[in-house]
Amino acid sequence: MLELKDVKLVLGDFRLSANLAIDGPGVTAVIGPSGGGKSTLLSLIAGFQLPDEGRIFWDGSDITDLTPGARPVAMLFQDNNLFPHLDSLSNVALGEVPVARPSQDTKERARDALRKVGLSGLETRKPGALSGGQQSRVALARLLLTKRPVILMDEPFSALGPSQRRDMLALVKELLPKATILMVTHDPDDARESMQTAVVSDGYVSPPRDTVAVFADPPPILDAYLR
Amino acid sequence: MADRAQPLGLAGWTGIAATVAIPALIALTATAVVLSAEGGRGLSAADWAAIRFTLWQALLSAMISVGLAIPVARALARRQFLGREALITLLGAPFLLPVIVAVFGLLAIFGRSGLLNNGLVAIGAQPISIFGLHGVVLAHVFLNLPLATRLLLQGWQTIPAERFRLAASLDMRAGAMFRHLEVPMLVRAAPPAALIIFAICTTSFAVALTLGGGPRATTVELAIFQALRFDFDLTRAAMLSVVQLAITGSLALIALKLARAPDFGKGFDRPAKRWDVDDAPRRILDGMFIAAAALFLIAPMAAVFVRGATNLAGLPDVVWTSAGRSLLVAALSTTLVVSAGLFTSIAAARLRSGAVWIESAGLLAIAASPLVVGTGLFIIVFPFVEPARLALPVTALVNAVVTLPFVLRALIPAVRDAEASFGPLADSLDLKSLARLRLLILPRIRRPLGFSAGLAAALSMGDLGVIALFADPATATLPLQLYRLMGAYRMDDAAGASLLLLSLSFALFWACDWGGRRGA
Repeated sequence: MLELKDVKLVLGDFRLSANLAIDGPGVTAVIGPSGGGKSTLLSLIAGFQLPDEGRIFWDGSDITDLTPGARPVAMLFQDNNLFPHLDSLSNVALGEVPVARPSQDTKERARDALRKVGLSGLETRKPGALSGGQQSRVALARLLLTKRPVILMDEPFSALGPSQRRDMLALVKELLPKATILMVTHDPDDARESMQTAVVSDGYVSPPRDTVAVFADPPPILDAYLR
Repeated sequence: MADRAQPLGLAGWTGIAATVAIPALIALTATAVVLSAEGGRGLSAADWAAIRFTLWQALLSAMISVGLAIPVARALARRQFLGREALITLLGAPFLLPVIVAVFGLLAIFGRSGLLNNGLVAIGAQPISIFGLHGVVLAHVFLNLPLATRLLLQGWQTIPAERFRLAASLDMRAGAMFRHLEVPMLVRAAPPAALIIFAICTTSFAVALTLGGGPRATTVELAIFQALRFDFDLTRAAMLSVVQLAITGSLALIALKLARAPDFGKGFDRPAKRWDVDDAPRRILDGMFIAAAALFLIAPMAAVFVRGATNLAGLPDVVWTSAGRSLLVAALSTTLVVSAGLFTSIAAARLRSGAVWIESAGLLAIAASPLVVGTGLFIIVFPFVEPARLALPVTALVNAVVTLPFVLRALIPAVRDAEASFGPLADSLDLKSLARLRLLILPRIRRPLGFSAGLAAALSMGDLGVIALFADPATATLPLQLYRLMGAYRMDDAAGASLLLLSLSFALFWACDWGGRRGA
């Protein structure tokens, strides 16, 4: 269980406050207008930003003071998800151990992960030689190798078209059934695919609720956003 | 802001140490010379003459370089012709050219038995002498006219093409165009260019060593060298070093405020379309300026190639061993400056708030005259070790310090970019220390790293400064050996050695630069 207890952060004029608990596994959509604090929320959980007040817990242990790399959290960024100078296999292998020369076993698992996302044969391609959809799949394959239980996605597939994005989401759910996933999106159709939905607006994070219920009776902020 | 600051790590701390070491070394050597200068007899008439000559030749060199660069840059800015790109690239070459090779080339054209004087004698005119003030200024103009031209050409390219179109639609003639568009730009661009060249010329030891000398053409640096090597007067050398320190220090302060370092990597666009200058007389005039500048730059280099090629094979062994020493010094100094630059850049990228201080500490090396740092080191080590035994490591160290500002200019923005784009990904993957260096930093900064390594290697290869203070015949580098051959009038061997040095310097630059570009 991922918990944010009385977390507060001030960035210039902007203030974010969050109080929530997410009991995994499954996908929680984070939706709301831009500038509302969606990405900042993910930065706090990932450890790129430290809260001014409050604590963050994973399964009861306090992770607030841990560096991003030491947290039980893996991240899929909006862009720059892959090192452009490394081939697919090396990029994927980095998900398991952050070393320059991965072991044969790690490479084997990386190859296997690439097969699962449908990229067999593209192990030696560099990101520049892959399409946008293929790049997303390499990043997803890297997540398959990570042992981190929480996965944060910041509009991960925003460069893809609608149908490709739906395919990727389905693949994420299929391949990462045990992960607790938080996915920032501005597309209600993406959010509808998720288990529960949290609305973030004006620096306030509403506790996540069942997605079907949220969309059946949207709170005023979401209602205004959807119109 | 609660933005998490990145931990410095081992690389960052190494960078901080390097950042502290450079000013510390400069301060240490400066203290050594100041302490030794105490109890001196004050400045003699000869010392004052050296100060006057240093400033006067630098002023003349700066004025003439910039003055000649104005018509050349203007011609390059408004004419499109075959070979324009090549000529502009060639303008970058003198920066890498070993000064002593340039001097050899100039001697081949303007020297006592050079092409020019042979021509003058043939038509019954008096031959001219290249030694003394005009020789020093000639060499400085040769070395700095290209730099001035590039700086002014950049100035011309900051004038938006729309302005020229607007002026053309107002039917402005070339004269009005010059007054309204080009003069304001020159008022901004020319003084910093002149100041940079003035500063370079106050610390250009090799030119003064080869073409100056005597009571009427001795610079402060040359006087330091003579006091140390010939009179063995440590006190006088130290006192002159304090003078030199004051000159370069104050110039560096002004320069840091006024000028940016020239942008080497930047490409030059096509010339702006002009309507006011398409008449035949102006075309011919521009063509003449370009041709004259090209001839002035190419002829001495061509002489090095022509005379050197026939003498390369017969070079004595002593030249080859000195070339080996030079390669060693270049390798050592490049390794030193590139590692220091790399770690300093990492520290600067991670310490967001302290970055300015780190950058300025590295750039402080601009204020140091290599010869003064060398003199300080000489004074420090002299009581303990025979200086000649330390000639090579000291030369490598001083070369590294002097090239650090260029390396930092190239690496700091590159490391910052790499961290800005891929730092979060590396953080979330827990990439630390060595793995981060190998997987994130090094691959992302290959090009500027290769470029700065090439620059450092070429500059160190061709340097004739500190080595002259420290070396004996058994520890001479190739530039020093070449200087000795020229001093002994062994011009055939000197020609071969010039070509060897020129080729090695450019080969080192090209190899490193290519290594950075390959697969990047």
